[in-house]
Amino acid sequence: MTVLAFSRDLFERIGNFTIFLAQTVRFLFKRPVRPRLYFEQMERIGVHSVPIITLSSLAIGMIFALQMVSLLQPFRAEIATGSAVAITMAREFAPVITTLMLIAKNGSAMAAEIGTMKVTEQIDAMETMSVDPIHYLVVPRVVASIIMFPMLTMLANIVGVVGAYVISVGVYDLEGATYLSQMFRDLKPNDVISGLIKAAVMGAIVSTICTYHGLHSGSGAKGVGESSTNAVVASSVAILIADYVMAMIMMQVMY
Amino acid sequence: MSTLIELQELSKAFGDLHVLRGVDLSFADREVTSLIGQSGTGKSVLFKCMMGLIEPDQGRVLYEGKDLHELDEDSLAEVRRSFGYAFQDDALFDSMNVGENIAFPLREVLGMRKRRQLRERVAEMLDWIELPGIEKKLPSELSGGMRKRVGIARALAIKPKVLLFDEPTSGLDPVLGQTINDLVLRVNKELGLTCILITHDIPAAFRISDRVVFLHEGEVIAQGAPAKVMRSDHDMVRRFIENSFSSTEGA
Repeated sequence: MTVLAFSRDLFERIGNFTIFLAQTVRFLFKRPVRPRLYFEQMERIGVHSVPIITLSSLAIGMIFALQMVSLLQPFRAEIATGSAVAITMAREFAPVITTLMLIAKNGSAMAAEIGTMKVTEQIDAMETMSVDPIHYLVVPRVVASIIMFPMLTMLANIVGVVGAYVISVGVYDLEGATYLSQMFRDLKPNDVISGLIKAAVMGAIVSTICTYHGLHSGSGAKGVGESSTNAVVASSVAILIADYVMAMIMMQVMY
Repeated sequence: MSTLIELQELSKAFGDLHVLRGVDLSFADREVTSLIGQSGTGKSVLFKCMMGLIEPDQGRVLYEGKDLHELDEDSLAEVRRSFGYAFQDDALFDSMNVGENIAFPLREVLGMRKRRQLRERVAEMLDWIELPGIEKKLPSELSGGMRKRVGIARALAIKPKVLLFDEPTSGLDPVLGQTINDLVLRVNKELGLTCILITHDIPAAFRISDRVVFLHEGEVIAQGAPAKVMRSDHDMVRRFIENSFSSTEGA
C-alpha cells in the first residue's frame, strides 16, 4: 500500500467514525426511547460482569498490597499500604482494569453480535422497517456503558481495598484501625470522582469503537472475527491513550 | 392498472462497478412482477433503490408519483411503511423468538404497544402462513421453509402495499419452493398486494408472474408478459430461458 493510499484510507476511516459519532449523539436525544433495551444492556454489561470484576479487582488489590508492604517495610512505612492502594486504585487501576476486562467480555461481544447481524442481513431488515440500527443497537449500548462502567469501577475500588486490607492486616499483621484511619485520611473524594469520570469516558470510547466495528464488519465468519479483533485492539489502545491524557488533565485540575 | 412505482433512468455505481445503467421500469398496482437475470446484475440494488435505502447516482424513483429522493426523512419513512421486504436468507432476528420477530415491525413501525393486540396480530399472521402456535420457537429451531414463511409474515405484519421478495425459493427443495410460490400468489390475490420478486426459479417466475423483467449487466433487455419475454430474440434471454427449462425437463 502506498503512502497516499494509506493516508486516504486513514482519513476515510476517521471521517466515517466521526459521522458515526455525530449520528450516535443525534439519536441519543431522538424518540422513541426504548427503556427495555437500555435495561437489557445494563444487565448484560453491569450485572453479568460483577463476578469477573470482583475477581480481577480482588486479585489486583491483594497483589498490590503484597508488593507495597514488602517495598515499604524497609522504611517502616508499611502502614501507608492502605492509602497507596486506595488512591492508586481509585485514580488509575480500578477504571483501567475494569475497562480492559469489559473490553474483553462485552466489547468483543458487541462487535461480534452486531457484525453477525450485519452479515445475516438483520441490519438491512431493520433499515427496511425504517428502524435505524444506530438508534436501536448502538445508543442503548453506549448509554448502558456510560452508566455501568463507573458503577463497576466503584465496585472494583471497594473490592480492591478489601483485598489489600485482608493481605495487610490478615497476612502481614498490620494494625487494622491505624491502617484504615490513615487510608481514609489520605484518600480524597476527588481521587474517587476522577476515576469514575475516567470510567464513564472509557465506557463511551469502548462502546462506540466496538459497535462501529460491528456495523462495518466484513462479510462471512472471517469478517466478523476480524471486526471483533480490531474492535478489541482499537479500544484497548484508545483507552490507554485516553487514560494518559485524562490523567494529565486531572493532575492539573483535580488532585 | 395504475402505476405504483416508476424508475426513471436509474443508474448506480460502486467505485468502478456500474451496477445499474439507466434502468427505466414501472410496476403496476396489484401485479406480480419477476426480475430475472444472472447473479450480480443489480437486482438487489434495484430493490434497495426502490425503498430509498440506497441513493441512485442518477435517475429518479417515484412512488405514487412522489420522488423518494426529494422527500424528507419522515416522509421517506412513511413511504417505506408501504413496503415489506422478504429477504433471501429470511433475516429473522436470531436473538428474538418468532412472536417477537413478527411483533417487531408492529411495535417499531406502527407503534403498537398493547400486549394483547400484539399477541392477536402475531397469531393472526401465523395462522395466515399456516404455522399456528410457533410464537415461542427461536428461528434456529425452524426449518428453512418455515423461516422463509415467518420472514414473509413479518414483512406482511404492517400491512404494506408492496411486498419485495429476494429469491424466495433459494435453498428450498422443489416441494417447499412450490409452497412459497403459492404463498406469493396468495399474498397477491387474497391481500391485494403488489408483489415484486427477484428469482432464479425461472419456470415458477413465468408461471406466477403477470410481468417478467430481464436484467443484464445493469440494463433491462427484455420485459413484458411472460409469453412476450419467452419469445424474445435477445441472445442472452434465449440462452437463459432455454437452459432453465431444459434443466427442468431433464430433471
